[in-house]
Amino acid sequence: MKTRFIIPLIAFALMVGLFWVGLKLDPQKVPSVLIDKPAPEFSLPSLMREGEIIDKAVLQKNKVTLFNVWASWCVACRQEHPLLVEISRQGLVPIYGLNYKDKVEDAKKWLDYFGNPYVDSASDLKGRVGIDYGVYGVPETFVIDSKGTIRYKEIGPISEQSWSEIIWPLIQQIRAEKG
Amino acid sequence: MKQIFLILAVGMFFLGGNALAIDAYDFKNPEDAERYKKLSEELRCLVCQNQNLADSGAGLAKDLKDEVYAMVYKGQSNQEVKDFLVQRYGDFVLYDPPMKSTTWLLWLGPFIMLIGGVFILLKIVRRLSSASKESAVLNTEEQHHLDEMLKSGEEKK
Repeated sequence: MKTRFIIPLIAFALMVGLFWVGLKLDPQKVPSVLIDKPAPEFSLPSLMREGEIIDKAVLQKNKVTLFNVWASWCVACRQEHPLLVEISRQGLVPIYGLNYKDKVEDAKKWLDYFGNPYVDSASDLKGRVGIDYGVYGVPETFVIDSKGTIRYKEIGPISEQSWSEIIWPLIQQIRAEKG
Repeated sequence: MKQIFLILAVGMFFLGGNALAIDAYDFKNPEDAERYKKLSEELRCLVCQNQNLADSGAGLAKDLKDEVYAMVYKGQSNQEVKDFLVQRYGDFVLYDPPMKSTTWLLWLGPFIMLIGGVFILLKIVRRLSSASKESAVLNTEEQHHLDEMLKSGEEKK
């Protein structure tokens, strides 16, 4: 007799649990398959230094590097931009940019106007490198360590919260690692 | 005059649709074209999510279609094309995700629900049928009560 009431109750609790989790998931955020995998190789012209080439090696010069995918046409990039500028001003971590499907002129103007937090940006005018990095929405930010491994990917603009709760602790954790 | 406008409006509607649906890709043979068509229908557009690549007009979908086209043109197999995209975007790009540890619930979930539902249904049906069998036979007290009711009904007539 008792089980007659307990079974629906358990089923209900399970449903509530599933819905609760479902509410917090963002279907727009597709988990990256590249986490803990080597960052794809690339070789692209530098946005800031004409005639120079940027490749994956520059992302490995430091113990941790942020690799931020941005574009002048991307509205959400403006949202996170002040935070990137602040991180760069305080010298917390080097940031490289992947200027995704943009025009060189527009990109330069955009940086002039909003400030340039990037050590340099690679011009991925056709978005081909973006595909290798699994980019499907701009902005996206990769945390890459000195071995060239992708440790984390933020999809969408970096918020104060994700910076202070996820990215910054991860940066410090990677810096504390040996080797 | 009104009719001309109507014809123009309807005409424009069809023009728009065609412009979106046709991709200007040249294939070496009809098999490749068919392969491309099938692949772009089986792959998901990541930006729009509930559209396949073929139907999507998003910038990234266009780029991915270009990639798929180039790979088909070079003669790479369907599996190679899918692997290329899965490596970059994960199983999410496939409308038909493979069965593995992370997706078994997705595949088996509906069947588990179905079996559970059938089980519950059977239980209810069995209980109801046994309950109705029990009540079909009246005990003496009930029979007596019934007789009384019938009798009083006849008297009233």
